[in-house]
Amino acid sequence: MAYDKFDILTSSAVPLPIENVDTDQIIPARFLKATERKGFGDNLFRDWRYNDDDSPKEDFVFNNPKYKGKILVGGKNFGSGSSREHAAWAVYDYGFRCVVSSFFADIFRGNCLNIGVLPVQVSPEFLEKIFKAIDADPTTEIEVDLNKQTITLLVSGESESFDINGYKKENMLNGYDDIDYLTKMKAEIQEFAEARPF
Amino acid sequence: MSKTLFDKVWDSHVVRKIENGPDVFFIDRHFIHEVTSPVAFLGLKSRGNTVLYPNRTFATADHNTPTINQHLPVEDPLSANQLKALEENATEWGISHWGLGHQKNGIVHVVGPENGITLPGATIVCGDSHTSTHGAFGAIAFGIGTSEVEMVLSTQCIMQPKPKKMRINVNGELGFGVTPKDVALYIISQLTTSGATGYFVEYAGDVFRNMTMEGRMTVCNLSIEMGARGGMIAPDEKTFEYIKDKPLTPKGEAWDKAMTYWKTLSTDEDAVFDKELTFNGSDIEPMITYGTNPGMGIGITNNIPTAEAVEGGAATYKKSLSYMNFLEGDSMIGKPVDFVFLGSCTNGRIEDFRAFASIVKGKKKADNITAWLVPGSHEVEALIKEEGILDIITDAGFTLREPGCSACLAMNDDKIPAGKLAVSTSNRNFEGRQGPGSRTLLASPLVAAATAVTGVVTDPRTLLV
Repeated sequence: MAYDKFDILTSSAVPLPIENVDTDQIIPARFLKATERKGFGDNLFRDWRYNDDDSPKEDFVFNNPKYKGKILVGGKNFGSGSSREHAAWAVYDYGFRCVVSSFFADIFRGNCLNIGVLPVQVSPEFLEKIFKAIDADPTTEIEVDLNKQTITLLVSGESESFDINGYKKENMLNGYDDIDYLTKMKAEIQEFAEARPF
Repeated sequence: MSKTLFDKVWDSHVVRKIENGPDVFFIDRHFIHEVTSPVAFLGLKSRGNTVLYPNRTFATADHNTPTINQHLPVEDPLSANQLKALEENATEWGISHWGLGHQKNGIVHVVGPENGITLPGATIVCGDSHTSTHGAFGAIAFGIGTSEVEMVLSTQCIMQPKPKKMRINVNGELGFGVTPKDVALYIISQLTTSGATGYFVEYAGDVFRNMTMEGRMTVCNLSIEMGARGGMIAPDEKTFEYIKDKPLTPKGEAWDKAMTYWKTLSTDEDAVFDKELTFNGSDIEPMITYGTNPGMGIGITNNIPTAEAVEGGAATYKKSLSYMNFLEGDSMIGKPVDFVFLGSCTNGRIEDFRAFASIVKGKKKADNITAWLVPGSHEVEALIKEEGILDIITDAGFTLREPGCSACLAMNDDKIPAGKLAVSTSNRNFEGRQGPGSRTLLASPLVAAATAVTGVVTDPRTLLV
């Protein structure tokens, strides 16, 4: 079993209403030098979170104690840029289990799914509703139900369904990953490889 | 059924289709570097797996490496540790390793094609988003995460849903002083950084047909910056000429057999794309970016657009200009610049150095400019010397550094200081990309050269004869 199972997540959320958040912001390259998957959460959004002298930037949402939870809500085109899986690790290590946006960059989305962070893509309108609800009450709770593929604002009951392919959904519900699957079909892969021209 | 180039290569690599799920996708060639592979090897070991096909994986060190005094030990202990991990893992599993100091060392996306590892019709992955570069040869090449690096090491496969297909045609001819980098920055400025997300792009039309292999690599390299997983160009005589006799390309009978296959690699006439866009080459100017993503680019003679004139959120746009310390309506031409960076997997090839030299020849580096000229590989470095380019740039007051990713990503010692403005031939102008607080203007080697000799953002056409 590769990671925690994901079923229903009910949590308050941290809002980041900025578009095109790239993986260099999520974790700058100078923090990619570890040879183990440890401690990346400390440097999540490092340059937006801290001043040069390592003091917290007070206007950044992570440094505002009002906002916490296991869900990160970002603006459109979240996770663009570098393929660094460290970005997904940092999100996970900080304590998030779900990222919500109206649009995700491909590689970041895939990396999240591979480590057990659920990317939930909602309509721009629903994203706006989430931001407004958090703005009105930072403790407002959001329910993400992977089995039903729904995301619900519990305060109003407003809900939207989201897409995930059936295979990945099963994986997340059961905490399996792709390597579990691939290693089981090694013989088939080897037969395929023999026939490759180069 | 009619197929696109992408279909032909993709479909021939599907080991198994999973219903309502991804394809089990076979990988012919796998590049690894020091940053995104160590955790994959740890995972491999902790599961008790082994490397299934060590001869299909190639290791080179590039992200962390210093670009001066490479003969000395790497000073930063964390970087040294990653480089050591790469070497140890490669040695343990019998993977070819071109580490620091090796004559074949260089940026992974430069040395792969140089050595004939990159082939038409192949599938190529690396834990690096600019793996899209290799699509220039008619390969399907894209960046993957570290979990997938582990998958490839242990099973030579990853699990991927097949992306949608987009064709981008650029017809006609390019104007004077307009380079492949400008073509790519122009397309990204039209599509935005998410305009091709979910798609795999084929580049077609006269402009790409007429482009050199180096130029095609620059264009395919930047596919990820419009959100595409990758981009590719059908192989032709130029492709075959480039790869022929490279150290690791098939030889003799194997070459002839491969050629028969490679010649089938083009999109059938009536094949259908999910999306098709067409641009005119003559509409493209030398480009420059002004904001904090590669989609924020304009023709160099234009002014910075106003918030009302751009799509997307005004708040994000204003945040971006505020970071850059620019104003809506500013002219880019004439802005004083502090640093010029020539290099990276986007523009660190011999043709880029030829272009740079064509402008600085007989001129002098401006006093206010710190210039970092970094070849993509030792092979590029050798050509720079052989072709007399080193003499030209030395006479103009520039020095040449040693190969590596350098100032592209602020991971090694080459960082642009906070607040400083750099004209950079690399691929990303994100906040802090080249160093905390640094400000980046992406442009072609010609724009970089023109700026390096004048000290301010300069239209290269005013200096080209």
